[in-house]
This record gives sequence, C-alpha cells and structure tokens, in this order.
Amino acid sequence: MSEVKGRRFSARRLAGNLGFGLAIFALISPAILVFLWMLSLALKTEVDNTAFPPVFIPDPPTMANFVQVFEKNDFLQYGWNSIVVSFSATGLALLLGVPAGFGIAKSKASRAAALIMIARVTPGLSYLVPLFIIFQWLGLTGTLTPIIITHLVITVPIVVWVMIGFFEGLPAELEEAALVDGATIWQAFRHIALPLARPGITVATILAFIFSWNNFIFGVVLAGRETRTLPVAVYNVLTFEQVSWGPLAAAALLVTAPVLLLTLIAQKEIVAGLTAGGVKGG
Amino acid sequence: MSTTLAAEVAISVPKRANYARSYWAFVVPAGAVVAGVIVLPWVFTLVMSVFEWKVGSNPTFVGLENYTRLFADERFQWATLRTLFFTALAVFFPMLLGVAAAVAFQRPFFLRGLARTVFILPMMATPVAVALIWTMMFHPQLGVLNYILTSLGLPPSAWSYDAVSVIPTLVLVETWQWTPLVMLIVLGGLASLPQDPYEAAKLDGASSWQMFWHISLPLVWPHIIVALVIRTIDALKAFDTIYVISEGGPGTASETLNILLYSTAFKYYDMGYGSAITVVFFILIMLVSLVLFSARQKAGQS
Repeated sequence: MSEVKGRRFSARRLAGNLGFGLAIFALISPAILVFLWMLSLALKTEVDNTAFPPVFIPDPPTMANFVQVFEKNDFLQYGWNSIVVSFSATGLALLLGVPAGFGIAKSKASRAAALIMIARVTPGLSYLVPLFIIFQWLGLTGTLTPIIITHLVITVPIVVWVMIGFFEGLPAELEEAALVDGATIWQAFRHIALPLARPGITVATILAFIFSWNNFIFGVVLAGRETRTLPVAVYNVLTFEQVSWGPLAAAALLVTAPVLLLTLIAQKEIVAGLTAGGVKGG
Repeated sequence: MSTTLAAEVAISVPKRANYARSYWAFVVPAGAVVAGVIVLPWVFTLVMSVFEWKVGSNPTFVGLENYTRLFADERFQWATLRTLFFTALAVFFPMLLGVAAAVAFQRPFFLRGLARTVFILPMMATPVAVALIWTMMFHPQLGVLNYILTSLGLPPSAWSYDAVSVIPTLVLVETWQWTPLVMLIVLGGLASLPQDPYEAAKLDGASSWQMFWHISLPLVWPHIIVALVIRTIDALKAFDTIYVISEGGPGTASETLNILLYSTAFKYYDMGYGSAITVVFFILIMLVSLVLFSARQKAGQS
C-alpha cells in the first residue's frame, strides 16, 4: 500500500520536475534563439540568407561576411573610437563617482542621491538638445570629446548609485577607529574604505562600461564620419551602404560580442549590481 | 554607566557633525560634473524653450509660443497617446513574465546560474545590434518569423512594416529585452525573504501555490513596485529599438514622444520647439514617477 503511494508520489514529482524544466526552457529559449539566429545570419552566404524557406544551419559556414565588414568599412577605426569613449567615460566616472558615493553614503545626503536618481529617470535625448548647441559654440563637434562628455551622463550616475549602496553596507567601526586614532577623512577613505569597497568598484566598472559601450543615442547625434562609435557605425554605415544581411549580422555580432562575453564572465557582479539599483543607462 | 554613555554621546555628536561637513569635499568634483552635464542642460533647455531657435539662424524670444503651438499640435498629441499606449503594454508583459521568471529562478536546479545568465543576455546586449537582427526577422517576405508562423498554419504578419502591428511588434522586442531586469529585481526580493513563514505553512499543509499567493507575493510586493517604477520610466523613454526597427513609422504609426523629439531637434533642427517638447516630456515622466513612488511608499507602509 505504502509502496504504491510512494511510487505515485514520485511519478507526480517527476511530472512536476519535467514541467518545471519545460518552463525554464520556454523562458530562456527566446534569448537563445535570437542570438543563434544572429550567428546563423553572420555565417551564411547571401543566397542562403535570403532563401525562403530560410536556411537555419550554415552549410558550410562562411567567414566572408566578417571579411567584408573589415574590408569595406573603417571598422577598426570605429572599434577604436568605441574603446576610447567607453574607457574614458568609465575611468572618469570612477575617479569622480567613487569618492562621491563615499561622501553621500557617509553624510547620508539623500538629496544628492535623489538628484542622481533624477538623472536616471530623464531620457538621454533631453540632454542632447542643449548640449548639441553648447558643443557647437565650443567648437568641439567632430572630435571624440563631446561623446565622452555625454557618456558621463550615463556612467557617473551608475557609479555613484552602485557605490552609495556599497559604502552604506560597509561596517563603520573600522573607519571610526581610524578617525579616533587621528587619521584624516581622506586617509580613512584611501586606506580603509577603498580597499574594502573593491568588489563594489568592480560592479560599478563593469556596468558603466557596458552601458557606455551599448549607448547609441549620444553618438548618433554627435558623431561625425570619423568619430562614430560601433553602435552608430553599425546602424549608419552598414544599414545605408550595404543592404545585404550577412555583413550586417556579422557587424552586429562583432559590436555586441564583447558585452556578451563580459556578461558571461562577470555574471555574478552584474546580477548583484542590477538587483541592487536597477541601474541602466540612456 | 549611563553617565559615561551620555558623555560619550555628547562628545561624539559634534565630532560626527564635523565629519559630515568634511565629507562634502568628496562629492564636489562629481557634483561639478553633474552640474555641467545634467543641471546646466536642463536650465538651458528651459531657456531655449521660450525662443524660436533654429540651428543656423539667430534665436528670437517668443515667450510661451512654443508651448501653445505644442498643445495645438496634433502630431504631439498622437505621440503622447502612442507613448502611453506603448508604455502600458511594455510594462504589463515584462512585469507578468518577469515575476513568473523570478519565481522559477528562485528554485534551485541544475545549471541555474548559466540559465539565469543566458536569460539576462537580451538586456545586456547592444540594443542597436539586436534591433537590427529583429528587423531582419520581421521582414514580411524573407523573415524567419513569418516562416515559423506559416509553418504552424498561422497567417503571416506584416510586423513592423504595418501601421496596425508596429506597436505590438515593438512591445514584443521591448518585452524580450527588459523582462530580465524585472526578473532580477523581484528575484533579489524573493532571495531576501525569511524562511520561517514557509516552514510554518508547510507544516499546516499549504500547497506551493497557496504559499506563493499568501506569503511570497505580499512580502515581495515592495520589490515588484520598484520593478514597476523602473520599467515604466524605461518604457516611457524607449528609443534605440524603436528608432532602429521602425524609425517611428510607417508614417508616424510608432512615433513616440522620444522619436518626435529626435526628429524635431535633429532632423528639422528646430531646437526651440524641441526644447518645449523636452520640458513637457520631462514633466510627464516626473508625474508618472511621482505617482508610482507614492504607490511604492503606500505599499511599504501596509
């Protein structure tokens, strides 16, 4: 009797687990399928890409699309622009934002935090209308400087927001002990808070870098021919000058691959940062 | 004992206040940059919005004319309605799926970390890059989505190429992209819940659905509201995917406020009018945020 009951119970559990597995599969398959389709388009010839019914698996896979992306475009130049912009915007944001996060957390300046939150709320485009005019007056258009400056609109709030949360979570006793022993606030920050906050800085760096790298709106308005970042280049150059799907998919894959790899490698930090603040750029 | 404690407090209070003042030095550099790239543009936008200001010609003061023009502008009214419609859909579906996904990802299973990482890839990927792939998938003749629909015996769709289906199509992409953020915020809430109520409920013979409905949901409600606030704000200001996939078209069928603002400022270079749109758009976003934040506070109190 009890044996039958036990078996029925485990059969029900098995069915439950199977259903659960299917649910998880259903949840993640849209993500997998879009990226697989991107890969498939990038690895197929133009004939296969425009075939109907569609060819799903490249046979044989071709690298021609990637070759074309590099041969027909100044892709390396755009890649370099993206690297300069994202690294500068992230580096500057860390330099400014880590001490600011410390200051706001320690002095419990919720109004300063609210100001940062408003920056998160406003659309990036609303900064561009005035900044576009100001950059024209300053004669900065056509260089990377205005793009780096506007990217600070994204990176500084991310870094400050993540760091406030992190410094608030640190135990205050160590710093207070140092202050009682006669250390200056700067020394307490430099030698005690900063080393302890290293995981937070990692989170802030990764998120600021990714959202700067992905940013499209600032570059599309401010970049000239020579100063396009990758997302702008893939939209502007490739969409208008080449209508073929293969090179476009290959370029799209190249633009987003660094970010996807970073996400896979640093998923723990990214999840921690996003869960805490819901930060996002743009 | 109590006197020494009081003495300690008396000493430490002025000292702390002193420290609090010195911490401002840490905030000043970032504050200067924020003033330069965030506050200054706001002020300048307000100024520009009362000028007739076209790139290449001298600005002339027109008072509130841009605003009166704006409220009489049918294109602006439609863009506002469209933005609200898009936002309602682009909040509802990611919230529904995001909460469901959070519940699923809370349960431990084989390769959960990897599955979760794959699940959040859409929100980390470069929006322009994935939007271009979606555009190819939406192609009415050659796109893979219509092939799948017809293979299943369903009628093909014109997706982003038709005025009726373009907004639902953009909502589909937005849902694909931003469900993960809702999931992460709610999952963070679920992970922080105490275990005791569940054990008590289990002893009382509660089903897992009952436990979700009567324990998890009320406890995680503040996190759901946070996700709702963030999702609503992001949906209101969605730009990249709409711009790449439909550019506000066909015609103006998917022209949201953000797209209208872009066209006004950077296609027609009508900066004064664009600034007026920015101001009204900003007020709309702040109003929606305030309503949602007060809802959040109410949820926190109860």
